[in-house]
Amino acid sequence: MSVQTPGVYTYSPREFHRQAHDALGNPQIRANFRKAMDGLMTKRRDSFGDWDLEALRELGANIRLRALAKLPDLLEQLEANCKANGIRVHWAEDGDQACRIIREICQSHDARSVVKGKSMVSEEMHLNAHLEEVGIEALESDLGEYLVQLNEQTPSHIIMPAIHLNTDEISEILHDKTGIERSRDVDYMTAAARSQLRERFMAADVGVSGVNFAVAETGSLCLVENEGNGRMTTTVPPVHVAVTGIEKVVEHLRDVPPLYSLLTRSATGQHVTTYFNMISSPRKAGEHDGPKEVHLVLVDNGRSNIYQDDELLDTLRCIRCGACMNHCPVYTRVGGHTYGTTYPGPIGSILSPHLMGLEETKDLPTASSLCGACGEVCPVKIPIPDLLVRLRRESVGEGRGNVPGAGVKRTRKEAAAWKGFQWLATHPAIWRSGTAVAGKLKVLAPSRLGVWTEYRSAPKPAGTTLHALVKRHQASKAHEEER
Amino acid sequence: MTPVKLYPSKPKKVYFFGTCLVDLFYPEAGLDGIRLLEREGIEVLFPEDQTCCGQPAYTSGYAREARAVAAAQLGLFPEPWPIVVPSGSCGGMMRTHYRQLFAGSDLEERANEVAGRVHELTEFLVHVCHLKLEDRGEPEKVAMHTSCSARREMGLAEIGPALLAQLGQVELVEQARAAECCGFGGTFAVRHPEVSAAMVEDKTTAIAEAGAQRFVTSDCGCMMNIGGRFEQQKTPVEGEHIASYLWRRTS
Repeated sequence: MSVQTPGVYTYSPREFHRQAHDALGNPQIRANFRKAMDGLMTKRRDSFGDWDLEALRELGANIRLRALAKLPDLLEQLEANCKANGIRVHWAEDGDQACRIIREICQSHDARSVVKGKSMVSEEMHLNAHLEEVGIEALESDLGEYLVQLNEQTPSHIIMPAIHLNTDEISEILHDKTGIERSRDVDYMTAAARSQLRERFMAADVGVSGVNFAVAETGSLCLVENEGNGRMTTTVPPVHVAVTGIEKVVEHLRDVPPLYSLLTRSATGQHVTTYFNMISSPRKAGEHDGPKEVHLVLVDNGRSNIYQDDELLDTLRCIRCGACMNHCPVYTRVGGHTYGTTYPGPIGSILSPHLMGLEETKDLPTASSLCGACGEVCPVKIPIPDLLVRLRRESVGEGRGNVPGAGVKRTRKEAAAWKGFQWLATHPAIWRSGTAVAGKLKVLAPSRLGVWTEYRSAPKPAGTTLHALVKRHQASKAHEEER
Repeated sequence: MTPVKLYPSKPKKVYFFGTCLVDLFYPEAGLDGIRLLEREGIEVLFPEDQTCCGQPAYTSGYAREARAVAAAQLGLFPEPWPIVVPSGSCGGMMRTHYRQLFAGSDLEERANEVAGRVHELTEFLVHVCHLKLEDRGEPEKVAMHTSCSARREMGLAEIGPALLAQLGQVELVEQARAAECCGFGGTFAVRHPEVSAAMVEDKTTAIAEAGAQRFVTSDCGCMMNIGGRFEQQKTPVEGEHIASYLWRRTS
């Protein structure tokens, strides 16, 4: 299953190497990402200012850990409180079932057009394609998502879907697809897109949004956004469907402000977003606006499998801020599409194997130098590098075997090479035969050592080992002491 | 909160774990590290049976092999002396990941005990030896590359620059994106060679553009990567392990 949208661009995690090669050779992509990520890193750093960031991250991690520890109970509580508020709750085991539920809601209202706020889980389950198959038009209303949809692409970043495009490219897309004048004036283009979207909001039969935090204690859904499209999506159409992964639940309303502070600062360096929506019920008697029906679709899609494993569980802490990709030296160079998954970058590399299986995604856990930048900035302290290593273990069949596709990357040759390494490194006398060992070390990467020297001169064994130097050094010291 | 790390007072003796990269490719760096420690009046014990910390197998997913190799190192440090490692990467492996690797096994207690004694060399020189340096070298512009493991896993971003700042004739130049990875990442460089190449290309550019005549690092993986790229480009910027640099300029 690759991420496919109709049109010219299709990407697959199976093709990571080829896609990385193409992206690395594309100066426009390189420049767009470098510039954007540099800006985002600076904004994040500045936004935390004098705050005790470590204490805040610790708080964020603990809130998420507490919610996950009580997840089954909190989901039941959320369902009960949503129902009491008049929100209809649906459970979906996988993406297909979630799509069917949303399709049926649409069909029960004879809906022809759906307007969407930004939702990564809807990307994960390919909702738009599913709705279009049955003749329901799904329009993205987040500006970045709108551009990506117009350009028949998928998002390249979970927060900034069109971050791979620069002003000129955006101008070209808007001109080609919507007929507006070419321009380098961002305000002009934004205003034009907004007026195009506004008509569609008024005409839409159903609004579909994501959820940032689902509060169990109050049965309310929090939606964080900057463009007002989220509020339009959830208030203008007569029916609102919120769709979210089951891990987005938090226990208390008071858990939201710290997570919100961490989210906006980590994501875009904002202290607050322009809009913060709390959806607590459909329109009540006597109210003049708001949807007549509100639905919540809770999607599992592999998450409860992750939940069963006490290490992998940490993956589910994620609040989808994107800081890990903004700070990732690999993502910065290859861009989001290279990963070929809904969620790119470090979080994608630890989440996608569970959603798509390791067979599809086997090159993702290794697509990291384990530099630790992702783990350092994660607002909820997900140990991303450790989880990458854990998935590397799974992919070579050395883990617990509970990730789909476990063992797919194991080759007899590599396994034998590591056994050989083990043997040498546990036989110190043989290891000490220095240069001989140096020659043998090449077996560690038999087919790939050549690529090292394409870009760098070859490392040269020193001839004398430290072991030998130390012996000589100790002998000469002993000699001096004698004299 | 990240626990505050407490350092021991200066011991009479230390163990030196040289690491396999130093052993094979940069033995002088290891010896210079030993000399720096000895100059501080510390007797350096070098267990002969040391081989490798096991990290390459660990990060490749071969935990059983890594555990076997690591287990062979655990018995090399019987006395309670600190264990000094001239690498943030191998030091981080021993200090942080040994605990994970042996959790729940018979060796857990010993692994935790050993891990608690591991110090990266420059960290040890600054925080335990309170090293004072007198520069005898020529004026030079130098860039510091702190490895990602030293910077993030060991929390030692300030140490290298602080040592270089003691060298009166050395001007530490500011490079763009100093905290960014050089692209080595052990097997990453061979599994994703093109991405790694793009990263080291940017790193060498940043160091050269900063006007550095030399770069200094505390990790030989980074040195092999960045230095190898400079050499292939024929850019006259040489890399040197910080232990060798400090020893050379102050002896």
